[in-house]
Formats: sequence, C-alpha cells, structure tokens
Amino acid sequence: MSDFVEGLIYLVENSDEVLYHFRGHLELVVVAELAALAFAIPASILAVRHDRIKKVVLGLGNVGQTIPTLAILALALPLLGLGFWPSILGLWAYAILPIIVNTVKGIENVDEEMVEAARGMGMTDWEILRSIQLPLALPVIFAGVRTSIVLVIGTAYLAMFIGGPGLGVMVVGGIQAYDWAQVIAGAIPGALLAIGADLSLSRIERYLGGDGGIDDTTVAA
Amino acid sequence: MITFEHVTKQYADGTVAIEDVSFTVEEGTTTVLVGPSGCGKTTTMKLVNRLEDPTEGTVYRDGTPLSEFDRIDLRRNTGYVIQEIGLFDHMTVGENIATVPRLNGWDEDEIDARIDELLELMDLPPESYREQHPPELSGGQRQRVGVARALASDPDVLLMDEPFGALDPITRESLQDEFLKIQAELDTTILFVTHSIDEALKMGDRIAIFDVGEVVQYDTPQAILDEPKNEFVEDFIGSDRPLKKLKVTQVEDVMSPPTEEVATAGGVADATAPVQSDGGSTVSPLEPTDTALSALSRLVASEDGRLPVVEDGDVVGTVSDEDIRRSNAGDKP
Repeated sequence: MSDFVEGLIYLVENSDEVLYHFRGHLELVVVAELAALAFAIPASILAVRHDRIKKVVLGLGNVGQTIPTLAILALALPLLGLGFWPSILGLWAYAILPIIVNTVKGIENVDEEMVEAARGMGMTDWEILRSIQLPLALPVIFAGVRTSIVLVIGTAYLAMFIGGPGLGVMVVGGIQAYDWAQVIAGAIPGALLAIGADLSLSRIERYLGGDGGIDDTTVAA
Repeated sequence: MITFEHVTKQYADGTVAIEDVSFTVEEGTTTVLVGPSGCGKTTTMKLVNRLEDPTEGTVYRDGTPLSEFDRIDLRRNTGYVIQEIGLFDHMTVGENIATVPRLNGWDEDEIDARIDELLELMDLPPESYREQHPPELSGGQRQRVGVARALASDPDVLLMDEPFGALDPITRESLQDEFLKIQAELDTTILFVTHSIDEALKMGDRIAIFDVGEVVQYDTPQAILDEPKNEFVEDFIGSDRPLKKLKVTQVEDVMSPPTEEVATAGGVADATAPVQSDGGSTVSPLEPTDTALSALSRLVASEDGRLPVVEDGDVVGTVSDEDIRRSNAGDKP
C-alpha cells in the first residue's frame, strides 16, 4: 500500500516527466490504431467479397496476434532499426485482428434478405456495401475497434524495448532501478487511459446500436 | 410483355432448375407461377430482373432480349418483393420507399410526394408511419411497406415472390383483397410466385403451373379448373376442384333471368335491403359480383331454392343450386 502512495507522490512531484511519457504513449496508440484501421477495414471489405482474400487477411491478423509483440518488435529491429516507427509496426500488427474479425463478422451477419432485396432493386455492390451493410455492421465494427484500442494501450508499454517512447520507459526503467514508486507512477496513467477509453467507447457503441458489453467481440487469438 | 423462349437454367453445381420453358406474360396482367417447392418458379422469376441468367434460350421484354439491358438499369425499372420483404431496418419507412427513386435520381420533392402517395395507397397514414422504423411494424404492415417500396418508381413490371407467404391466414386474405384492388388501378405487368393454388386462383389472370423444372399448364384460372391438363395438375388443384371453380365464378355468370315470383325493382332501396325470395320470405340479396361459392353457401343456409340477385336496386336475376350445378358441369344457363 505504501508503494502505491509513494507512486502517487512520485506522480505528482514528477508530473512533467509523466506527462511527457504519457504523450509519447498516446502518440503510439493513436498512430498505430489509425494505421490499423486504414488497413483492416478495406482488407475486411475485400475479405467479405473474396473467400481467398478472406483466408489471407484472417491468417495475417491471427499471426499478428499470436506472435508475441516482443518478437515482432525484435523482427522489426533489423528492418527499421530502433525508435518510434518499429514500435508502430509491432503495435499495428497486434491491433488489426479484432478490427478484421469484427468487420468481417459484422458485414456477414447483415440479413441476407436485406442484401437480396437491395440487389433486386438495382443497387450496385458498392451501394449495397455503403448504404446497407456498413451502416448495419457499424456497432459490431466499432466493438472491434474498441477492443483493439484497449489492447494497444496495454501493449504500448513494450515499445521501450526497441527504443520507442511511452510509459513503458518509466515502468521498465523503474524495475531496473528497483524504484517502485516510478513503476507505479508509470502504470497508473496507462491503466486510467485504458479504462477511460473502454468506458467512453462503449458508450458510443451503445449509441450506435450495439450492446457495448465486454464480451461482444470475438478475438480468435 | 415478357416472353420466355425455350429457357433452360442450369446452376453451376449441375442442378437443372428449369428446362425448355416457354410462355408469354401479357402486358398489364397478373401471371402467377405456382407449383411445389423446388419446381423452378422462383428461378423463373429471377430471370426477369437478371438476378439469374438463362443457360439456354432467351427472355424478352417487349421484344428485346434481356441480355441487351444493363442489369442495374433493368432492376431499377422492375419492382421486386420477396417473402422475407428485406426492409432495411436502419432506415425509416419513408427512406425504404425512397430507395429506388433515389437511385434513379429523382429530386427530393418528387420523392416526398411519392412516399405519401404510396403510404396512402397502402392504407398506412404517412403522418404516423413515414418516420417509423421497420422493426416497429407488424408483419402485415411490413409487407405493405415492401409492396410500396417495390412500386415506388412506378415500374412497368412487378415481381412478387411469395409476398404474402409469411403472414397469418387472416392478414394474408385481407392483403390479397387489398392488393387486388390496387392492382386494378395499376397497369403494371405482375409476375407473382406462390406455392398455394388458392392464392394463384385468386390473384392470377393467368396461371403457369410448374412441375419439376417445366410448365405443365399455362392458362386462365377458369380454363385450368375446367380442364386440368393432366393428373399432376388435377392433384395439385385438389379434390375440391368444383368448389374452387365456384370461387372463381361470379354470380352473374351463373344466374337465370328474373322470374315472376321473385320481387322486382319496386321497394328495394339498396342491395343490402332484404327482398322477397320465391319462398315468400325476405332474404338479403346477392350481388352480381359475388362468387358462386358464396351464393351456394347462402342457398345451403336458406330455406329457399332460389335467391334474387340485385344490382343498384334492381333485381337482375336469380340463382338456384340448379344454376350453380349446371355451370359447374360446364354449360352456361
């Protein structure tokens, strides 16, 4: 308990340092997540259309989740060296699966009758996707995005191992120096960020028509 | 006009859905495709808006082979109602109906007016239904919206695949009646698929009876009932064929001229007022457009052998069970 109190004191006394690492952490999360969205959503749409692409895309997503992030980081090292961008690659690989699984599932679960009626009325594939499938799948897709964001917030702590920024710098540095106050001061903002993101995103999700629950994503890791 | 010329459709897995089907759907009529499930009637219908393409033979619309039409344009000019309706749950009733007019690039004022017009036609007051979402509606209301949506851009051809199939019998009956009225006001060519011979006899100007992959008989309801082409058709119609015949026959086709005994015009204010029958008692009269079946049931229930037929207050004829029996045997009185 006293460690926790010391951690809080450290947090207040070194607020500049904590804020600096927090900002670094946030940058990792935002960039990795945006990159994951930019890849996963179009890839999932292609996957729904073509079974062969679906196998590749789902396989890729699964591999990204199964290989330990540290290993991806290590693999990225010879390619991209140290720092911010190799960290993004590792986090990106980790973030895509929940989005892919939910986007594919969300689109495929749209009632076949609606799609058939739309096709029969003369909508093109693109119009069906844009005005029927995506709007109806939105809550499910969003649930995947939420899972993915929370995962990345946690995993971003590992970025420091290949010279990335983030709160991991404080935590790992603290462990090496046996400075528990610093470890806790680095852990608290990340935990709050994850919880806060989850709560606010699940509220948006409910607004979109999903149930915003904890178990509404299928992460086939 | 839609013409099927030696059309065969074989699916990629080798199943032959229909084989060498030829018939013509006349302009402005309702043609019902009826048969047991798996007989190819739905496939036949899907050839018309090119959801399927034939493997052999040609389907023509007004003389032009369908393969010369762009399939998207073709579908936007062809109404389409399916059994599951497929209303878009995330859109309002109004937006659902606006689907095809929007795709066709109508301007918003025109679309708005059209939505209200169709909702009124379907007996769904626009002010209460326009902004509702499909999950809030009952089965019958959903089906009405489905029909309204299919009629939205005033298509020349309307395809209906078991449109009333999923409804309870009472709702189905009343929707059929309403649709018959609406249909009389439209000059749309309608292709209607059902597995129910009763629905086919009720809705169709022409009926195409399907057995596995082929049209066994294509004719008017009356002609099919009078002369079923083979045992399959006879079985499909069922053993109550005489009763079904009475259901598609109108009183005016079987009635005899008015007789002395039956009260004439004097004193009859309206068609529902009781008039004297030949037994001397007063009964509520039949109308010329009633079915022969309802005349028969009234005869069975009454003590009189002959009932008057009244139109606009005049007795125009009388019906006895003799008349009905004679018409069933095929002679006109």
